[in-house]
Amino acid sequence: MLIDYLPILVYFVIALGVAVGMVALSEAVGKKTHSTVKDLPYECGMVPVGDARSRYSVKFFVIAMFFLVFDIEAIFLYPWAVVFKQLGLFGLIEMAIFIIVLAVGLAYVWGKGALQWE
Amino acid sequence: MEIPISYYLILSSALFAIGTVGVLIRRNAIIIFMSIEMMLNAVNLSLVAFSDLHRSIDGQMLVFFVMVVAAAEVAVGLALIYVIFRNKGNVYVDELNIMKW
Amino acid sequence: MSIDIPTICLTNIGPLITLSVAGLLLLLFDAFSGKAMKKAHFHQFSLVAVVIALLQTVWLWNRQTTDFSRMIYVDNFSFFFNVIFLLGTGISIILSVHYLENYRKNYGEYYALMLFAAVGMILMAAGGNLVIIFLGVEILSIPIYILSGLFREDLKSNEAALKYLLLGAFSSAFLLFGIAMLYGGTGTFYLADLAAFIKKSGMNGFTYVGMGLLIVGFGFKVSMAPFHMWTPDVYEGAPTSITAFMSVGTKAAAFAAFLRVFLEVFPTVRMEWDLLLWVAAVATMTVGNVTALAQTNIKRMLAYSSIAHAGYILVGLIAGNQLGATGILYYLLAYTIMNLGAFGVVIAVARKKDNYLNIYDYAGLGFQYPGLAAVMSVFLFSLVGMPPTAGFLGKFYLFSAAVEAGYIWLVIIAVINSLISVYYYLRITVIMYMQPAEADLGPVAMTPVVNATLIISALAVLLIGIFPGSIFQLAMNSVKIFGS
Repeated sequence: MLIDYLPILVYFVIALGVAVGMVALSEAVGKKTHSTVKDLPYECGMVPVGDARSRYSVKFFVIAMFFLVFDIEAIFLYPWAVVFKQLGLFGLIEMAIFIIVLAVGLAYVWGKGALQWE
Repeated sequence: MEIPISYYLILSSALFAIGTVGVLIRRNAIIIFMSIEMMLNAVNLSLVAFSDLHRSIDGQMLVFFVMVVAAAEVAVGLALIYVIFRNKGNVYVDELNIMKW
Repeated sequence: MSIDIPTICLTNIGPLITLSVAGLLLLLFDAFSGKAMKKAHFHQFSLVAVVIALLQTVWLWNRQTTDFSRMIYVDNFSFFFNVIFLLGTGISIILSVHYLENYRKNYGEYYALMLFAAVGMILMAAGGNLVIIFLGVEILSIPIYILSGLFREDLKSNEAALKYLLLGAFSSAFLLFGIAMLYGGTGTFYLADLAAFIKKSGMNGFTYVGMGLLIVGFGFKVSMAPFHMWTPDVYEGAPTSITAFMSVGTKAAAFAAFLRVFLEVFPTVRMEWDLLLWVAAVATMTVGNVTALAQTNIKRMLAYSSIAHAGYILVGLIAGNQLGATGILYYLLAYTIMNLGAFGVVIAVARKKDNYLNIYDYAGLGFQYPGLAAVMSVFLFSLVGMPPTAGFLGKFYLFSAAVEAGYIWLVIIAVINSLISVYYYLRITVIMYMQPAEADLGPVAMTPVVNATLIISALAVLLIGIFPGSIFQLAMNSVKIFGS
């Protein structure tokens, strides 16, 4: 029944309470001082260099796109993995064809020089 | 403890409707894209729910295909948006009006 | 747990395999071949692939079976549509070569994507399962999104591609939601099982919603009003060769799936959808024809005309009888040839880099290039639907099917619409023959292959218009599967 989920609700409320409470408490009782150094964006303790909104090289974008496509294609391997034994040779051949098609895509990308990084 | 199918369907229909409205009223091409993805994922949700209802695996298989197709569409779409940004400087669809709508 | 491994017969999907492998090989050639052998041979290679696929299709003639555990129908219906798609793809490839060379865009990818799109079309016509139909839609659409944005530097082409992509993805979301609802209502994706379910236990809420959403999804693809908004912009902005390809390919494929799904799954609930489609068909025809009157850009005019033609074909779908389905197949074949022909002339007359796309650029064409003007006239007469062309007989079959089914008013509206269309088609003929050329626009580059293609297309339009017998029989044979 729904009552079984009560601990989760309680946990959720506590988690939310702690998070909100911390911020609210520090907002309420903390001392507010501003200085140039303190208002800098936090970059792991380093002194920030340059503008955060600089343009990236399109190379990153291209690589991200390849990753997206090839990574998503990999989800077809999961159902195969589940019934790998039952499908046997048939499944192996089918998936080999699938992987070959993907490999052709990769070879095309490579041959076009899209993976070159200079 | 069983969650009734109607809950899933209401959630999925709501997501689909939000996506549709997003496509129709937003002007940034990327946001429109995200709305379309939301519509597709709403469909995925209902497919999984139906798959559970009918105790058949077919619906879940279609979900895989939808995800892959969505990824392919996004790859093409972002490339087009990138090209338009380079040629034009912004990606607002209401300014894509060389040809009258 | 054990799994039944389906017995499969690869010859049943021979055309698909040929086209896919050829597409993949083209990609590899394009990426790895040296500069020297590049450019020249891509189109020959893809044409060979199309011809082989056509032969394999002929080999499949008159089989009545399913394959891949009922995922694919191998029947005369898919045979007929395969012929239409491969014909369309082949002619488009021939028309593209010179056009692309002018833009220095004669890439291998272009032809590869065209072949992949043809694969999608074939899957749509042959799909026996809603998943396959959905995948077919996407395999067809995604290459065409890319191809319409082929001219990367041209903002018009970009705009067309993005509009097509956004609206296309939007519409496939609707199609998909419809598929999900049908699945929810019946628990299956197989068309045959869906049909059996609906016949036995009737419609329920889910299947009604699903049916409506399928109409929306397919309506987008066939550019049915009120979902036709993308058509003119995309047709105008895309490269002309791609406009030609998608105007015939996408439409034929979408109608193939539309026809198969609605006549196989929902024939028992005809009353529920025919009123909806009746209104849509009337709106489609009227919007297409009336707006086409005002166009001065020939590509845009042909776009509106293609919307109007979608309306005529919907008349046959609404009739829903054997003659209607036969008429649709016949009309789609005729439309493929005549529309591609017309676009072929448009490509030629536009000369280098699409400079002359205005309809007044056709002035004096009848004197400068009598041959070109003559074939254009044949195609235009056929698009109007004048005897003795194929367009006339196609319309005749469609409209008489509707009369037979009792939709008199629909036919009257359709005929009035055809009369409206006379004006804008024949205006071009009048401009070609009656108006003198305002200026010499430069030579029209015609290669012998393109010439031959245009002439053969024009002859074919006349021939199947005068002797429709065998094609009609073939179409009749192909729709026997919808036994009603």
